[in-house]
Amino acid sequence: MGERTIIPFGPQHPVLPEPLHLDLILEDEKVVGAVPSIGFVHRGLEKLVEKRDFHEMVYVIERVCGICSFIHGQGYCQTVEGLMGIEIPERAKYLRTIWAELSRVHSHILWLGLMADAYGFESLFMHCWRVREKVLDIFEETTGGRVIFSVCRVGGVWKDIDNDTLKRIVTVLKDVEKEIKELSDVFIKDYTVQKRTRGVGVLTYQEAIDLGAVGPTLRGSGVPMDMRKLGYAAYGELDFEPIVEKDGDCYARTLVRVREVFQSLDLIYQAVNKIPDGEIATKVRGNPPAGEFISRLEQPRGQVIYYAKGNGTKYLDRFRVRTPTFANIAPLLKMLPGSDLADVPILALTIDPCISCTER
Amino acid sequence: MGFNVIGKTIMKSLFGKPATAMYPIVKNEFYPNTRGRIENDITLCNYCGLCGRRCPAGAIEVSKPEKKWEIDRTRCIVCNFCVQVCARNALSTERHYTTPMTDKSKRITTLYGEKEEPVKEKVQENA
Repeated sequence: MGERTIIPFGPQHPVLPEPLHLDLILEDEKVVGAVPSIGFVHRGLEKLVEKRDFHEMVYVIERVCGICSFIHGQGYCQTVEGLMGIEIPERAKYLRTIWAELSRVHSHILWLGLMADAYGFESLFMHCWRVREKVLDIFEETTGGRVIFSVCRVGGVWKDIDNDTLKRIVTVLKDVEKEIKELSDVFIKDYTVQKRTRGVGVLTYQEAIDLGAVGPTLRGSGVPMDMRKLGYAAYGELDFEPIVEKDGDCYARTLVRVREVFQSLDLIYQAVNKIPDGEIATKVRGNPPAGEFISRLEQPRGQVIYYAKGNGTKYLDRFRVRTPTFANIAPLLKMLPGSDLADVPILALTIDPCISCTER
Repeated sequence: MGFNVIGKTIMKSLFGKPATAMYPIVKNEFYPNTRGRIENDITLCNYCGLCGRRCPAGAIEVSKPEKKWEIDRTRCIVCNFCVQVCARNALSTERHYTTPMTDKSKRITTLYGEKEEPVKEKVQENA
């Protein structure tokens, strides 16, 4: 048995632009323990809810995270709508679904690129991000922003996508699908890639449940749990099954994300075919009443929980977000012991950490 | 199969258009929807101050007696909310982004309106 050393990983690390700090306890090259610490980018966005009225707060909540900004806005609106008892128009539900699924596509492609970068596959990283650019262009064309869309509002959405544009989006996405198909073959079949991911950081079915893993981390361990199955927005009317892989290693989690890209694209095609005509927003009158509401959504990284408490004024009493990365840090600590130091960046990436989400 | 993909990728890289743009020479093309920066048509503005009160970032300052509308470009998050709430449709979103600045004092754009005389604009910005 070698001497124990502690190596700090992060908050500044080449593999991750976000400040996740892990104190890795090593015996020779093997990790035997890890102590995480977060809190480097806390901004106090939840507290702002007491000073910004509930309409303005959408724009603040969207800025919790740059990747799943739309789903944060959607989740906030959905929670406040639930609190106020507002039913939004069907078309708005479908538009929210389309944007949310596009967010998932771009988030997963971004993650695939980062993963490729983590094991030193630079050209694959660049190809992934090149493809992602097309999705960002769709965002810019339909919402006006590439990262922060500011298109969700309490009671519906601000902007409509006309049916011709929707059809054109589908054609662009078919191209994206073709390119992703080529790129995903590398992640699935390449020998060197499999060497880095297969059997690394195994999280068993029982561990995933016990530690409360969410999203692709959970589904990679064989648990078929997807919040979209709750049927919020338009998901109740679309046909899909949660994507599940059994192995619980990095390869399984990569595979879940690769397959989810295709699933999301399929959901967009379905939504475009089914989208009804009509209004995109209902008029919101009055303030959120005194009461509480909780809603759960599926972000690209997993289940996210929103809690809102109203007091009858235009300011909410409390708003809380439980982000997927926070739930996935405990499973990460389970995966790390027993792995090599060289695998730590890949393991840290495999939960798709979004620290600015977690710290808000 | 593998060679096919490699061959295709090489051909694409050699003879295709590059995926990136030569930025300063080729300017970025914006969509009609692109939210670049907020502009005010001061002739329509009645200085009600609604945009300033509803701004989530507190970037807009309006003064009725002075007939002044002021926006801090570095505070503005271009969420478009002021454009949506403006009762007179004076505000709009330009497609072009605020240009980078080296002088901090240039971050504030001030517009003054005058009643009878033609509109005088005082723009303190290098855009």
